Amino acid sequence: MQNNNYNWERKTNLRIIKELIFWSAAVILFFYCWQIISKLTMWPFVYDGAEQAGKLLSRMFPPNWSYFPELLSPIWDTITIATLGTMAAVVFAIFVAFLAAKNTTPHPLLRQLALLIIVTSRSVNSLIWAIILVIILGPGVLAGIIAISLRSIGFVSKLLYESIEEIDKNQVEAVTATGASKFSTLIYSVIPQVFPTFVGTTVYRWDINIRESTVVGLVGAGGIGLQLNESILGLKWPNAIIIFMMILSLVFLSEFASAKIRKLII
Amino acid sequence: MLDLAEKNYKWQRPHLIKNSTRRWALLAGLLLYLVFIFISLDIDIQRIILGLSRSQRYFADFFRPDFISRWDSIVNGIIESLTMTYVSTVFGIIISIPFALGAAENISPKIIYYISRAVIVISRSFQEVVIAIFFVVVIGFGPMAGVLTLTFSSIGFLAKLLAEEIEDIDKSQVEAVRASGASWLQVMIYAVMPQIMPRFIGLAVYRLDINFRASAVIGVVGAGGIGTTLNAAFDRYEFDSASAVLIVMIGIVLIGELFSSYVRKKVE
Amino acid sequence: MLKISELHKEYPGGDLALKGVDFELNEGEIAAVIGPSGAGKSTLIRCINRLVDSTSGEIYLNDNEINSLDKKELKNIRKKMGMIFQEYALVERLTVMENVLSGRLGYVSFWRAWLRKFPQADINHAYQLLDRLGLKDHINKRADQLSGGQRQRVGIARALIQDPEILLVDEPTASLDPKTARNIMSLITNLAEERNLSALINIHDVILAQEYVSRIIGMRDGKIVFDDSPDKLNKDTLTTIYGEEDWETIERNSSQEKNNDEGGEDIAGFSRKKLQMAASSSNKK
Repeated sequence: MQNNNYNWERKTNLRIIKELIFWSAAVILFFYCWQIISKLTMWPFVYDGAEQAGKLLSRMFPPNWSYFPELLSPIWDTITIATLGTMAAVVFAIFVAFLAAKNTTPHPLLRQLALLIIVTSRSVNSLIWAIILVIILGPGVLAGIIAISLRSIGFVSKLLYESIEEIDKNQVEAVTATGASKFSTLIYSVIPQVFPTFVGTTVYRWDINIRESTVVGLVGAGGIGLQLNESILGLKWPNAIIIFMMILSLVFLSEFASAKIRKLII
Repeated sequence: MLDLAEKNYKWQRPHLIKNSTRRWALLAGLLLYLVFIFISLDIDIQRIILGLSRSQRYFADFFRPDFISRWDSIVNGIIESLTMTYVSTVFGIIISIPFALGAAENISPKIIYYISRAVIVISRSFQEVVIAIFFVVVIGFGPMAGVLTLTFSSIGFLAKLLAEEIEDIDKSQVEAVRASGASWLQVMIYAVMPQIMPRFIGLAVYRLDINFRASAVIGVVGAGGIGTTLNAAFDRYEFDSASAVLIVMIGIVLIGELFSSYVRKKVE
Repeated sequence: MLKISELHKEYPGGDLALKGVDFELNEGEIAAVIGPSGAGKSTLIRCINRLVDSTSGEIYLNDNEINSLDKKELKNIRKKMGMIFQEYALVERLTVMENVLSGRLGYVSFWRAWLRKFPQADINHAYQLLDRLGLKDHINKRADQLSGGQRQRVGIARALIQDPEILLVDEPTASLDPKTARNIMSLITNLAEERNLSALINIHDVILAQEYVSRIIGMRDGKIVFDDSPDKLNKDTLTTIYGEEDWETIERNSSQEKNNDEGGEDIAGFSRKKLQMAASSSNKK
């Protein structure tokens, strides 16, 4: 009988070489990119950065507490922008999602259109939507609401249509087999299955939108971003820190609320 | 056989919130909130009508994208954005790992846990643009401010999700390695890392995607990248060029999405 | 009542699932369809209800030719056919009651369905069915909180509340343990008899089929190869249906287990266990 020597290696040589090439390419690319950025950087400013940051932070204290009441109205607007923006987006997203899901789309062409809407909405940041909308509609909360919802439609539709595509077909088939109409089948078999994802996604997006709506004011689309811009450009750091603290607590509250709602539904 | 008229049964779908007082209170509260929102909205209809009629020309420009007149600026902006994206994602990955380990409740001491969580919370609470404003003030205009911004927000994102992943790992594997007398570092390398690696690579690629999108907007406040080009186009009311920039961006995002879904499929 | 002639089904890709199926089912008659997986049992049932469209052939339910119906007529005829599925196919996140009432969707308007405002008669009927099936205490539970047997009973209630003329039953016991499987089988056949319903039951468990129905249809490779009463099933006919099996080996393997198998009495020269094994060895599903 022949004596066998067994060979065990975690990776074959070829694979090691391939990985080596991949990683060195990644490292080289990194240094190349770094060089490009470095060329565009005023290094003395960067060296000064830490000191500047320290000075800046120290100038924030003591915070200007009397500024707080003035912020109540803008912070309310900020929440409004997030809430209405999310609501509007969700209404559209439901349609887009059903058009985009392979198993519920009425026509392949409509599906492509829906996918195009999703990708466009997802690629363009809400601040950019806000810039465009402020030009069209003039400054104000409405531009912010629409900007937020335009950005959110893609997000909500994408998660929703993926969950529609993953539903259990047997449940749909069973309801179809009872002689139910298309819409009845939809509400009895598809919607119960995607409902948790739908609520989860909506609440999650609302949570994100709270953060997003803090900046649309920078370009005039309403909310606390306007005051933030004023404080920073006017170097009123004691005011800025009040705004930062408000944003921070708002984000905390929204995260708490959304966690509650998600727990209730799922 | 079947006597349907025998007795009438009542049936109602059970409510999500069983306590009826609380249910109505919640509903009333929600309604009241919406009413207040609509009261507080002050929308200037006249301005909108004016704007809409003026914006017809802009809209027309949007459908005639002009790639040529600002082509150099677009290319430079895209290169800047891509380099910012890549560099900051790499930094973000490297820095986020210690924070993730620190923020994982099951392997980290209490004090380090709280410090790491605090960093994560701050990083995640502020929108990139707010952070970008801060860095632009501190170190001046240019892509370096952008890199710092994106790195800072990547840290919170990656560290949080990675920490959750570490908290979910299979304990028996960790114990098996520890039982063989391995040191802390060896436990990390042989028991923790293999379990979280695929997900981490997925997250990193996903973050690459997010960072590119964000790089397009922080330019608006001076932190470099394609956002600068876009903002300039808007300032000059060159909507045809702005439209071209947006189309290029959407294209790159699409490519990036295909790439990231390919990578995630491959590692997971 | 149900008459099928020359039924063919070719799936896209050229897979021939049915190659000319002919049979007739009388009112109140219950038949079991047995056969290896891939024989076309499931396709047959799905063609009758047109969840799958057949390629050619005719299906008559009473005087309606099913393949020639338009959408609206199809919905109406589907109300007359109650289906019960292998994996129960309940809508998991809806309550038991909602699942049962979904059997009435063909009869109520969209708005009533949306608001869950079903006619009083439907609700009464649902209560009676759930009571009969021993689910009265679970009415407002979500379907995903029930056990397999309970879920299948909800499935039965959903089919019966349609007031069907025929039950189409696809592997009702395949996901259940043996005891629950018997229970479900007897419920289906008893309820069908009570209401004088015809029933076509796909089943891979030959013993259960023999025990509960008076007619067995054996399918193999898209054709009916056996159609007779259960006592005509023997080694030869089983071989025709399931193909050449090494019955001797199976006999030897199961001989040790024969003693602790409580249902080990002989049927047509085979022990219960052996038959089950023979059937399931060629029917992996």
